[in-house]
Amino acid sequence: MQGELIKRAVGLMENGTVNRVLGWRRGEFVYDITPSVFSDKDDLEKNFVYNEFCGNNLSRYLVQESEKEGKIAVFLKPCDTYSFNQLCTEHRIKRDNVYIIGIECYGKTSADLLREKGISAILDAKNNNGTLIVETVYGEKQIPMMDVMAERCVSCKSKKHVIYDELIGEDGGVLDSHRFDQVEEIEKMTAEERFNFWRGELSRCIRCNACRDVCPACTCEKCVFDNPKSGIRNKGAADDFEENMYHIIRAYHVAGRCTDCGECSRVCPEHIPLHLLNRKFIKDYNELYGPFMAGAEIGQVSPMCDFTKEKDAEPSIVQKGGAE
Amino acid sequence: MQVNENENWKPKIIAFCCNWCSYSGADLAGTNRLSYPAEVKIVRVPCSCRINPMFILRAFGRGADGVIICGCHPGDCHYSEGNYHTRRRMTLLFSMLNYLGVESARTRVEWVSAAEGQRFVNVMNSFVQDITELGPNRRLEDLRCREN
Repeated sequence: MQGELIKRAVGLMENGTVNRVLGWRRGEFVYDITPSVFSDKDDLEKNFVYNEFCGNNLSRYLVQESEKEGKIAVFLKPCDTYSFNQLCTEHRIKRDNVYIIGIECYGKTSADLLREKGISAILDAKNNNGTLIVETVYGEKQIPMMDVMAERCVSCKSKKHVIYDELIGEDGGVLDSHRFDQVEEIEKMTAEERFNFWRGELSRCIRCNACRDVCPACTCEKCVFDNPKSGIRNKGAADDFEENMYHIIRAYHVAGRCTDCGECSRVCPEHIPLHLLNRKFIKDYNELYGPFMAGAEIGQVSPMCDFTKEKDAEPSIVQKGGAE
Repeated sequence: MQVNENENWKPKIIAFCCNWCSYSGADLAGTNRLSYPAEVKIVRVPCSCRINPMFILRAFGRGADGVIICGCHPGDCHYSEGNYHTRRRMTLLFSMLNYLGVESARTRVEWVSAAEGQRFVNVMNSFVQDITELGPNRRLEDLRCREN
């Protein structure tokens, strides 16, 4: 697959359709991957990489890149195309400056997830029909892909590319995933248990702001958390309140725009399941205001910017347990 | 819930009132000599949709025990549709607070019109009573802001 992508990218650069390519750059190790813009063909052939560790959602980088001169080619996995659509809806990306190559995806893993299963010193990994064949310093190991995939991939919401100029591989459909199961489990707990659960998770937060920086919905040029006058610019959360507040506000600012791509949880160095906060909002507005999938189409109105005059849920529904 | 160690404990309540309906409602309660608990501190806002979720969290952080938002009745908003937005925003925010284990009874939205002085008083009385029963807010409190 990697060779195919490089060939296509070089082809597009040679025939002048695009002058640069947004993709993944090889790092020191096979799992050590950085999103990168390639403007040189030799560089592309040598350093472009696509493997089981390329989880990065590249849509976000287009906010800046599509403002520049000339067209850029980008490789988007199905879930990344939702983020792209959402950014187009918000007029953050110049669609005409982007050439989208949709690529198929069967779930991504990460070195951390493999290490949790006792697989370390990874040299290479290949997905062979649902089995991950990992080459390590200690020899070859096989493990079912389902066991080492990120949570967002286990409960994948869609294999469908909602936007693309051309496709490499096959297009799938929207899946009937069980992505709200974990949210429901938490909702079933008592208030005390919920509080303790979230305290256990959020107290690990080191306020590195990685979840904000990587999020394709969090693209404000001036973020509230960077405002020196706000009193909440701290790096390193000072106390419980600030941890709670930061995460509520972060999730709230993307409510109605979050495409549930799961990048926040992927980058969290403390492995906090941040996507569960976003999913709670998604679940709530799905239940209260009808099904809505951010980024499914360009030009959708988010439930947070919309209302119905007569039969909208009243906030008292929460006390009565309606949206619990 | 928590046991009140101090018998004389009085809750701190922040009420965000919209300028056009609820604030006038509170005014009317005053001119009619109706009394409502002194624990309620009113913050006047131009419209209930002016209220940023951060205001609510920060009120809790700085030691509030309950936050109540008052706006015009749906359909009566001075800016046509501000309170419709409040309705959706606050529903989701309260639901999230509930999800994080913060007692949902500490937050409330009530629609009070300029002519409803008596209703304003009733709402505040019942809210203060609820919060007094719940006890001090410990789950969303910024310890750095505690006074003693």
